[in-house]
Amino acid sequence: MSFTPERAAIRFGCGLSPKHAAPASVGHMLGAIAGRDVAAETFPIPGMDPVYSNLLKERDARRAYRKARTDEEIEAANKQLTQVRRSLRIEAGGWFGQTLLRRAQTPDGFRERLVAFWSDHFTAQGKIQALILAQANYAEEAIRPHITGRFADMLRAAITHPLMLHYLDQITSIGPNSRAGKRNPDRGLNENLAREVLELHTLGVDGPYTQNDVRAFAKLLTGLGFDFKRGFAFRRAASEPGEHAILDGRYNGDGGLDAVHAALEDLATHPATARHIAGKLAVHFVGDSPDPALVHALETRFNETSGDLMAVYEALLTHPAAWGSQPGNVKQPLDFIGSSLRALDVQPRQMPMKRLGRMRRFFYDPLTLMGQTWGRPTGPDGWPEADEDWITPARLAARLQWAMFTPLRLRRTLPDPRDFVDVALGGLAPEQVRFAAKAAETRPEGVGIVLSSAAFQRM
Amino acid sequence: MTRHSRRSFLTRSLALGCSMAASPLMTPVTFASAPWDNRLVVIILRGGLDGLDAVRPVGAPEFNALRGGLLNTAEDPAALDLDGFFALHPGLSDLMPLWRSGQLSFAHAVSTPYRDKRSHFDGQDILEAGTGAPGLEHTRNGWLNRLLSEVPGATAETAFAIGRQSMLLTKGTAPVSDWSPEASLVLSTQAERLLDLVTHDDPLFRDALIEAIDLSQSGVMNLDEEVDTADMLNAMQDMAKPAARGKAVTQIASFAASRLKMDTRIAAYSLSGFDTHANQSRGISRALTQIADNILTLKAELGPVWGKTTVVAMTEFGRTVRVNGTGGTDHGTGGLMIMAGGALKGGRVVTDWPGLSEAALYQGRDLMPTRDLRAHAGWIMRGLFGLDRGLIENTVFPGLDLGDNPGLLL
Repeated sequence: MSFTPERAAIRFGCGLSPKHAAPASVGHMLGAIAGRDVAAETFPIPGMDPVYSNLLKERDARRAYRKARTDEEIEAANKQLTQVRRSLRIEAGGWFGQTLLRRAQTPDGFRERLVAFWSDHFTAQGKIQALILAQANYAEEAIRPHITGRFADMLRAAITHPLMLHYLDQITSIGPNSRAGKRNPDRGLNENLAREVLELHTLGVDGPYTQNDVRAFAKLLTGLGFDFKRGFAFRRAASEPGEHAILDGRYNGDGGLDAVHAALEDLATHPATARHIAGKLAVHFVGDSPDPALVHALETRFNETSGDLMAVYEALLTHPAAWGSQPGNVKQPLDFIGSSLRALDVQPRQMPMKRLGRMRRFFYDPLTLMGQTWGRPTGPDGWPEADEDWITPARLAARLQWAMFTPLRLRRTLPDPRDFVDVALGGLAPEQVRFAAKAAETRPEGVGIVLSSAAFQRM
Repeated sequence: MTRHSRRSFLTRSLALGCSMAASPLMTPVTFASAPWDNRLVVIILRGGLDGLDAVRPVGAPEFNALRGGLLNTAEDPAALDLDGFFALHPGLSDLMPLWRSGQLSFAHAVSTPYRDKRSHFDGQDILEAGTGAPGLEHTRNGWLNRLLSEVPGATAETAFAIGRQSMLLTKGTAPVSDWSPEASLVLSTQAERLLDLVTHDDPLFRDALIEAIDLSQSGVMNLDEEVDTADMLNAMQDMAKPAARGKAVTQIASFAASRLKMDTRIAAYSLSGFDTHANQSRGISRALTQIADNILTLKAELGPVWGKTTVVAMTEFGRTVRVNGTGGTDHGTGGLMIMAGGALKGGRVVTDWPGLSEAALYQGRDLMPTRDLRAHAGWIMRGLFGLDRGLIENTVFPGLDLGDNPGLLL
């Protein structure tokens, strides 16, 4: 099997659109992600700066609330805190809405899928109020600029990002023999980040590392820190001195950030990392049990190019096993909602970006019921990939519920279901879906049934 | 446009749902394969329940000075007295008959091994992972799932995770069914037929759809309000509205009961609203009433199966002993575990009580935890399911020392 535009848009993009043509070739797909980021220009999302300033605002409001003593003071401070938190949520709802609009309206769906894939690979999330809402900003800052570069550069950006350092407790880790460690003998190493980098981000759980490597790597990472005013900062005082042996490499703890970068570079280009990333890409884009030849091709290209991601994507998109006509992966809930919005050609003015209640009802709550709370996977290993994890009775019911009633809330008029089949599935529409679209009693039901079809819910 | 009651509408679709029941998960063979007869319900109380307010140590000499601000003087102390030392919060007073009949107990001053950082996020992860060790690398799967993966004969029906949120508690390699009453489908007959058609060739979707339609019946059968059958969309949307959510809380218990009466042996879900930093005397009542309603719904709907059931409600940590400046309490350490059920040797507050004097407090601010709540959960599972001690100490709660048997069950 080989490339077809419709399958390219569905399997590697954000789905078919009545407005944006499906990609004409693999060359076009690669050219598009190497070129201008039109979606980010059209639907901008800021980096972390507003998140940090919101965090400080929220903290001040919280402090004022704690200090309030009289009933009037308490009431005023409570009102203020509620107000601040509400405005944070509304602002974050806007960022989330932009993420959805990119999927609905991008000319270049492959880019959005890659951003989602890598954001999941480098899962990070806030554990305190204002940071919980930072998902889109983290992706914008740490992931998106690097998806077409070297894996090593993305690794470096993600691992040193404040949200990751916060999430995996790196901020609490200090070298026992560092200046800070000597002053605070009851504090010490936290291995969380070191372990996850080896297990999840680079070598993989079957990779050739031991507990000694984890420990040495944790020592090397002790300098990584941040504060919410300046962002990332290397904390020389907390950095464990001495030589740290990780796999075959030797890194000097007095070498500052450069030594950390050197270790990350070596891990990023390690053959075990190539194998791990190749397997993950194939599973995510092609199927739960990908053809070993495909995985091998990706691994080889990764090794040959020391992790040049464009070369790896090219190997993926030009491999025959990537284009099989067998049913592909089940769309994850965000893919499902995104591709529905795209088929429905939902416009910015139709998205209730500032209406928190509607954002909840139309998007946040349904995503949770479908099993994919926005930005909140249950662990640093990110979202599951197996089809069975997504299509349980409850989760499927949530998809059907969404498909049946949300489109009508977003668009005043819905397309004729008979035409909508062609928009949503093109030449890949099974006969039963065409029949069902025709046989539905109402337009919303017809559109809902097309979106609910197994054919639409797979890639 | 004719109007029918939702009940008649659902009865109609129920009949249809049954005629479609061809899923392998619904066959009698699976229904016969449950490994035990006893039932366990695990409820995670999210937000950090204030155990000192739910079950008040009114007999402690320091209690009134520390907690007087949270007490309502209109309460009748005699009606809430448990054992002369502890008294129930009025929000739990509906449970008093259970206490008197020995079907309710509490474990006080318990906690997970989580200490000092007092973050909900980490605290809940450690509670649900059950590993006792801090750090996210220990949270790949939950203790209920590890239990299931060791049980011969466990099927997807054996355990049900209920509610909208995914739970770490049930995450892992063993199959666990899930359902949320909020996901209930309200479909026209025609839509249901067409959905069957567009999923029919894909077994994963087809089977899940059949079950979803079937489960939807147990989720909404109790609603008796009018729906306009000419516009199913509205009915469906109602299910997703916040107004339906208060109902959803007891619907979860109803649903759990409906499954536990059949092949399901373990049901797990969570309740929230326990993070009472301010105006606690107002906020905690609603949260506690929720617990009482859940337990009573389970009891009422389980019927005779209640006699084989134990409900365990646990929280990530307790709260500060002192009331803060805004009439609430902040994140603490030692907390409370609530147990109910016909299988219980109840009517007791099980505790190695640490006291409330300044010196007895953990870090001078929290109730001192005197026992790992996992030990209580472990003894209950051992009693209910006859689990080997080693399995509990090595697999379900690795590294835990179960210690002495607190004799929680009959």
